Formats: sequence, C-alpha cells, structure tokens
Amino acid sequence: MQIELTVNDKVVQWEVGNHEFLADTLRSHGYLSVKKACDTSCCGLCTVWIDGKSMLSCSILSLRAHGKKVTTIEGLPKEAEEFAQILSAEGAEQCGFCSPGFIMSVLAMKNELVNPTEEEIIHYLTGNLCRCTGYMGQLRAIKTYLGVA
Amino acid sequence: MFTMLNLVQPKELEEAYQILSEKRNNTILGGCAFLKMGKKRITTGIDLSNLKLNYIQERDGFIEIGAMTSLRDIEINPLLKDNYNGVLAQSVRDIIGVQFRNGVTVGASVYSKYGFSDLITALLSLDTEVELFKAGRMPLEEFLAQPKGKDILVRLWIRKTSCQAVYMSFRNSASDYSVLNVAVSKLNDQWRIAVGARPSKAALAVSASEMLVGEIPSSERIEAAVQKVTEELSFGTNTRGTSVYRKALCKALVRRGILEVMACKSN
Ligand SMILES: Cc1cc2nc3c(=O)[nH]c(=O)nc-3n(C[C@H](O)[C@H](O)[C@H](O)COP(=O)(O)OP(=O)(O)OC[C@H]3O[C@@H](n4cnc5c(N)ncnc54)[C@H](O)[C@@H]3O)c2cc1C
Ligand code: FES
Ligand code: FES
Repeated sequence: MQIELTVNDKVVQWEVGNHEFLADTLRSHGYLSVKKACDTSCCGLCTVWIDGKSMLSCSILSLRAHGKKVTTIEGLPKEAEEFAQILSAEGAEQCGFCSPGFIMSVLAMKNELVNPTEEEIIHYLTGNLCRCTGYMGQLRAIKTYLGVA
Repeated sequence: MFTMLNLVQPKELEEAYQILSEKRNNTILGGCAFLKMGKKRITTGIDLSNLKLNYIQERDGFIEIGAMTSLRDIEINPLLKDNYNGVLAQSVRDIIGVQFRNGVTVGASVYSKYGFSDLITALLSLDTEVELFKAGRMPLEEFLAQPKGKDILVRLWIRKTSCQAVYMSFRNSASDYSVLNVAVSKLNDQWRIAVGARPSKAALAVSASEMLVGEIPSSERIEAAVQKVTEELSFGTNTRGTSVYRKALCKALVRRGILEVMACKSN
C-alpha cells in the first residue's frame, strides 16, 4: 500500500507492507536515529512524534502514518544538540543507544509540562529505559535544561 | 509478530462487523501493542481509525468514551480529571510510559478482559456500561461474565455521578503489571469495591461492599468488610505473587481505599 506522510517537513510517498511497523519503515529510508531495543513496547528507544505526540514507532503500523506528520530527532537538530550538550556535560550518556528516543521524550515533555516537579519528570520518562546508567545524570541534565534545577 | 494479508479501514461500523464475522482470522486492530506480542496470522485486519471513535464527551447524564480513545487521553482529559476524583486517570498512569499510552486504546483494553487490567478495575468501581456493536449495551459486570465472542466494543458509558472514588495498585517495579489492584467508590451510602490482577480478571466484592452501607462505617465494620473481600473473591498464584501474598496485599489496599474514600471531598 502506498502512504504519503511528512517526515521532518519533507513530504514523502512510500510503499509499505500491511504489517510493517513505522520504526522499520523509517530505518529503511535512512532515518537511522530510530532504534529498537525490545519486542514488547516497553523500552522507548523507538520514540518519534506523530502529529506532535510522542509515540512508539515500533508499535505503530506504518499505514497509520498516512497523512500524518512524523518527527524524528533528525528533524530537531537545534533542540537536540542543546539538550545533548547538557546531557553529556552531566556524564549522563554512556553507550548512547537510548539517547535519540530519550531526547524525543524529553523534548515532548518540555512542550507538554510547565515547570514539572521531579516526580512529574520521572513519571513522564518511565517509558524510556537505559541499560547503562542509573538515570540520576539524566535527571540532573533535564532539570538544568528545563530551568527547574 | 503477527502477519496480515489484507487491511481495511471501514467508514461504517456495520461494514467493520460484517468483515469481522466473515472469517475466523479477521481481526479488529486497536493500537496493536498487544497483537504485536503474539503470532496471529490475520487474514483481514480491520482498522477502526476512520470511524471517529476517538473521543471523550458528556451526553445524557453519562460520560461517553469511544473505543479508539488512547489511554493517555483517559489520563489527561479534563472531564475525567474533574469527575470521580480522577480515578480513571489514576488507574492508567502507571501503564508503561507516555508514548505507550498515546498508542493503546480503550476498546482493546476493555474488550480483551485482561486479568492484569488497571482500567477495568477502576471502571468497575463506577457505574459503567459497555456498548458492543452486535450485543448492544450492558453493564460492565455482565460483559465481563460473558464468554469471549466476536464483537466490536464501540464505546463506554459511565453514569455521571458525584461519587468519590480511589484507585490503588501494587507493582513490584515501575511499569510492570500490577501484582494486585483495587478501586473503591462511594455514592451516597452505597459502596463498590473492585479488585483486579488476582491475577484473574477484576470483580466486585459485592457482599463486602454491602457491609459498608448505611451510616459512616466504624473501624470494626471496615475490618469486617476488608476480611470479607478476601473471603468472597478468589486469589491465585503466578510469577508476580502467591495467593497468600495477594490476600495480604488486598487487605491493606482495600482498607486504605475505604479510608481514603471516606476522607475524600465530594466533587
Ligand atoms: C508490554 C505491555 C505491558 C502492558 N501493561 C499493562 C498494565 O500494566 N496494565 C494494563 O492495564 N494494561 C497493560 N497492557 C495492556 C495495554 O494497556 C492495552 O490494553 C493492550 O495493549 C491492548 O491495547 P491495544 O490498543 O494495543 O490493542 P491491540 O493489540 O490492537 O488489540 C488487542 C485485542 O483486542 C482486540 N480489539 C481491539 N479493539 C477492539 C474493539 N474496539 N472491539 C473488540 N475487540 C477489539 C484485537 O482484535 C485484539 O484481539 C500492557 C500491554 C503491553 C503490550
Ligand atoms: S523498540 Fe522498545 S518500545 Fe519500541
Ligand atoms: S546510555 Fe547505553 S542504553 Fe542508555
């Protein structure tokens, strides 16, 4: 089936299979920031935005992206770099495999929550797992980034 | 991972139901998160996205929730925050993460009657009806008691009342399934105590709820009702906990639930 969607402000027409998921479609078209690290929709590494909402691209049928606006971290270079600088300054990044999905969630949170408390930040990011770190560095970085430290 | 030969996006429910009935392996698609974990060979997948079933609204004394509404919408919708002490929002907030809840649907969550369900337990503590395309409208308790058939859950109807309600779950770790979950509500002097993840599907503790009817219950009456819940409902063992452990948890959560409801202001 053919779908037409906007990926990072670029309109594309792609041929997708019936049971193809968006993470695979995006990767096959070169959006390699999108990672997958589980089969059970619980790691959050595949997070992208669909019409501005953070979603798990591993669990959304590509067909459902038809007519939608998809944003990956490649589409937010300025914001991503600003936060990534703070993240690495806090020593919160180790292998970095979880970072693209994590940063997409942090940026979505910034758009959705005003001056979140620590509890609200942790709750918003429960769906993003990181194998390497203990999350404390990330929490410090987020607080600095949001100006709520 | 499931496979799917064809995909249809009907514009009428009638058409969706007809396709669903045509072949055994024709399947309704919700958010697909649960389907994705299985290996089903779907002949025709029926996507309900074009049926305008993604909404939460007030109508005829009820709050109506369309089947394709996401769990995240349940969590942040102002109408649901302002009613029933926000018990529905409370019930879904610990399911995996925000991105996950943005994708999974109310229709699938209720239709599937998962034992571990957080949402069903909270819905049971309210006056909830489910509307199925073929079987029509019925109380949630009645739907839960029926054998699994092939139908489409179209929407939920929750009677708008000023009841006080609370939801509590116990998880071994954040975002895991509940080991046990409890919802307690009170409307005037009528109580409803629902317990889920026992690990079988949620049920109302009818006799225990009746023991609380009448004047503000004394601590002795509360203890007797708490004890009754563990006697009238069954508790089982799985990897998350034993039946003995679940019973002990149930007592603690139901007691807290009752006390918290008593302390709630009417809304
Ligand atoms: C890893 C994981 C962890 C989870 N943890 C929890 C938890 O802690 N607590 C909790 O309450 N839930 C939990 N869930 C369940 C989740 O909240 C959803 O209920 C579940 O994923 C189904 O929603 P879906 O939209 O993904 O449905 P799908 O996977 O699309 O569908 C599931 C089933 O429902 C059928 N279906 C879909 N829509 C309808 C409809 N309108 N009418 C009739 N049948 C329909 C489908 O045919 C399918 O058989 C978890 C799910 C996963 C995958
Ligand atoms: S790959 Fe793990 S949630 Fe998508
Ligand atoms: S830094 Fe390695 S998984 Fe997060």
